[in-house]
Amino acid sequence: MIMRREILPLSIFGALAVLPLLGSFGSDAFILSIVARVMIFAIAALSLDLILGYGALVSFGHAAFLGIGAYAVGILSAHGIREAAIQIPVALFVSALFALVTGAISLRTKGIYFIMITLAFGQMAYFFGVSLAAYGGDDGMTLPGRSLFFGYDIAASERAFYFLVFAFLVVVYAACRTLVISRFGRVIRGARENAQRMEAIGFSLFSYQLTIYVIAGTLCGLAGFLLANQTEFVSPAYMTWQRSGELIVMVLLGGLGSLNGAILGAAAFLLLEEGLSHLTEYWKLYFGPFLVLVVLFARGGLMGGFKRLTGTGDGR
Amino acid sequence: MMKAKLFVTLGAVALMAGSAAAQEKLKVGIVVTLSGPSAVLGQQARDGFNLAVKQMGGKLGGLDTEVIVVDDELKPDVAVNKVKGLVERDQVNFVVGPIFSNVLQAIHKPVVDSNAFLISPNAGTSNFAGPQCNPNFFVTSYQNDQVHEVLGKTAQDKGYKRLFLLAPNYQAGKDSLAGVKRHFKGEIVGEVYTPLGQLDFSAELAQIAAAKPDAVFAFMPGGMGVNLVRQYRQAGLANIPFLSAFTVDESTLPAQKEAAIGFFGGANWAPDMKNPQNEAFVKAYEAAYNSVPGTYAMQAYDAALLIDAAIKSAGGKLSDKNALRAGLKKADFQSLRGNFKIGVNGYPIQDFYLVQVVQRPDGKFATSLREKVFSDYVDVYAKDCKPSN
Amino acid sequence: MSLTLLYVQTLNGLQLGVLLFLIAAGLTLVFGVMDFVNLAHGVQYMIGAYLAAMFTALTGNFFFGLALALPCALLFGLLLEFFIFRHLYARDHLDQVLATFGIILTLNQAVKVIWGAAPLSVPIPEIFSGSVVLMPGLLYPVWRLVIIASGLAIALLLGLLVTKTRIGMLVRAGATNAPMVSALGVDIGRLFMIVFGFGAMLAGFAGAMVAPILSVEPGMGDNLLILTFVVIVIGGIGSIRGAFIAALLVGLVDTLGRSFGPSILRAFLDPAAASQTGRALAPMLIYILMAAVLFFRPAGLFPAKK
Repeated sequence: MIMRREILPLSIFGALAVLPLLGSFGSDAFILSIVARVMIFAIAALSLDLILGYGALVSFGHAAFLGIGAYAVGILSAHGIREAAIQIPVALFVSALFALVTGAISLRTKGIYFIMITLAFGQMAYFFGVSLAAYGGDDGMTLPGRSLFFGYDIAASERAFYFLVFAFLVVVYAACRTLVISRFGRVIRGARENAQRMEAIGFSLFSYQLTIYVIAGTLCGLAGFLLANQTEFVSPAYMTWQRSGELIVMVLLGGLGSLNGAILGAAAFLLLEEGLSHLTEYWKLYFGPFLVLVVLFARGGLMGGFKRLTGTGDGR
Repeated sequence: MMKAKLFVTLGAVALMAGSAAAQEKLKVGIVVTLSGPSAVLGQQARDGFNLAVKQMGGKLGGLDTEVIVVDDELKPDVAVNKVKGLVERDQVNFVVGPIFSNVLQAIHKPVVDSNAFLISPNAGTSNFAGPQCNPNFFVTSYQNDQVHEVLGKTAQDKGYKRLFLLAPNYQAGKDSLAGVKRHFKGEIVGEVYTPLGQLDFSAELAQIAAAKPDAVFAFMPGGMGVNLVRQYRQAGLANIPFLSAFTVDESTLPAQKEAAIGFFGGANWAPDMKNPQNEAFVKAYEAAYNSVPGTYAMQAYDAALLIDAAIKSAGGKLSDKNALRAGLKKADFQSLRGNFKIGVNGYPIQDFYLVQVVQRPDGKFATSLREKVFSDYVDVYAKDCKPSN
Repeated sequence: MSLTLLYVQTLNGLQLGVLLFLIAAGLTLVFGVMDFVNLAHGVQYMIGAYLAAMFTALTGNFFFGLALALPCALLFGLLLEFFIFRHLYARDHLDQVLATFGIILTLNQAVKVIWGAAPLSVPIPEIFSGSVVLMPGLLYPVWRLVIIASGLAIALLLGLLVTKTRIGMLVRAGATNAPMVSALGVDIGRLFMIVFGFGAMLAGFAGAMVAPILSVEPGMGDNLLILTFVVIVIGGIGSIRGAFIAALLVGLVDTLGRSFGPSILRAFLDPAAASQTGRALAPMLIYILMAAVLFFRPAGLFPAKK
């Protein structure tokens, strides 16, 4: 039984690991950079799924952490510090701090109010980025190059960068998995089912929710660090509310509350966007109804459909 | 899972098909904004370029030309990935674009570091004109500041002592007002930055009325400009001269209509410029697209002519990058705007004019040349471009 | 900083507030009564503007255009409700967000395909095309006064409808506890349809009224959508009174903050820093306002549900 459950994640990671080795197709820099981008957004979607899927906390400002991670790279690089060993801790620390402060305020509210206040904080982060005239403002700024890892410019090679992102994805996935099945994770999921009952049993929900909010924000900051490296460009456009909406769509597409789903959802969204935009200039005309149909008929997103197809679902 | 595999397979097939045909013909990738409120600018650029290719029988420089059009959606990171697709998967020889400065910042490096040349038909930021200039980057429009400088000099020459400045609160807006102040030595009685995308200017118009300036300068591109101009007139402020850049041009005039008549702009060209190649261009464009072309279309058309001239001077050899580069620098073609040379930083050296909005006999609205303000104008950043870059 | 300018900017702030109310009223009802997150409300505003532009161009008269546009906007809203939204009421908010987000993408694109990407303009109707002198050198278009007047009239009408009529009572009851209303034997499906249709028409009306002043372009509803959500959250979901007060508050804070913010800051900072800070803070003001309100009243100012 355990093995069956692992087939999907093993297949996904297996395919990702093997891709760069597939002859000329796999060494095409463009293909590698597209899939690297998918993996980066998969990390962001995983982090959002922690609070959205497992915690039922709809954050409409999650893209702010992408921006924080990216600007950590950008600002430090602009001052000559290109070492990842410094940039990553800074990115994680600032993201955690922002999550702590905004989470403490936002978690006092519920439902649509929570959505709106997280949106407000996301917007404030965006406008702050726009006001940073020294770092390009809304024009953004190009990085001199990718981050150095312990002084070595290994990320410059598209293939090496791909494996770097892959490694981070595996680590983040493992961490989320451990978190979700732990006692902590069960409290969070319990709160999603019935918050009153959890409080009645004696769990102080606020501290649990704040903790997972901070963890989610920090992980997304890591995704931001990787995104800045992938495009070698930093801009407030990473933090718009539309971007936060896209992250939510990725999680929903894949299936709420499923870690595999978060990865699949990010992949489906980005590859569809890439593929459809080649076919026609008016691709959004088709993508829109596609989303509506997914919601109406494919309950539980891709994972829900997958579970129904393979009979591992619970009939929902 | 299945979906991901399908797309990766499709991509592989496309890749193999693409690499087989790369040698025979010329491939040009156009990266412009085709969605959102500013889509009309991208459309003009795309249409202007395609018109040139069509008029030359589908060939530039004597080579069969394939034009691939890509929408950057005004999102810099989306643009980066699409541009990487153009240079790495589609193996284009030239990338023409973008419209907006923030997209230029993002796509500059991926293109100039690749095998393709980047030709911008609109955005001309200051950093790439000066210290960060690059031999693979060319511009057929202008350096952004220059157009705003036209109005600053005009205000100075016309003896205006008190000027009110209005621009949106983003990088191009700040650059704009900096450019105006370079030649205007009088008093700035108000310098207001409005939120990007703001459509209702009643608060700012009240400030203008209270300040009673000799003239107003506004940089309000797109839908913002449409609203500003109409509301400016509705507020009864039209007796205060309205100087502007990119606010009253052929992309906004169809919506502004009579409200814009008499307002001033600055440009390197106007549709009624008298030379044979321009008159032919305007006629052909209006016949094909039923709208008056603006600088966006003109500059994209010139970009096609520039590519054509460069390939001809390199003898049709696309693989000889040095010859192509020399041909691009020489710019040996008849520009629609007459006087046109490429400077040391890849940006144009050209004339600038004060233009005014008029209604043509056929009922359409257009800008019309009034006076030449700068001749053979080199941008102020060119001196910071060292040849070794 | 003259007192006249202050009065003028207050009037501008009121006009923005009234416009926000017209759009927010429909949204807060739909959300309050039907618990339905309708991100597509902004496109209903946009459709109203486009329909008004089209019919005015066809008939040559704005009022005929408006008279034709309103029923079309209503019909369009009802079609959306019947074919798509109806199936989403039972779903959780996220599914609703996803589906209505998809509708935004489609309609923004469709509008471009039908009417083109360039902005359209609608002329102000002849009778109201004059202006009043607000202060020396500044004219205020009468049409803007018409917008304010119609907004206030609608606010009054809605207030009366909601408090003094039977259907209004049902709406208020539905906003407080919809399942109970249904259990009491009211055809909740019909109530929902009426509420939704009315909300769509209000948004379309706002779009039509604003078309002569602002340009009509694809995506014009997107930024207003965020602002509208801010308004209904500050006001409290499901409350017309809350939406009205919050809309005026947001309109005034945004306009006055933008106009006088830098001058006020100059009392504390040097001119360059004041200008810089003012520019950075201006767009954040309403979000700071919303965060502050939610901090003290986590359910808004006048929530319908206790």
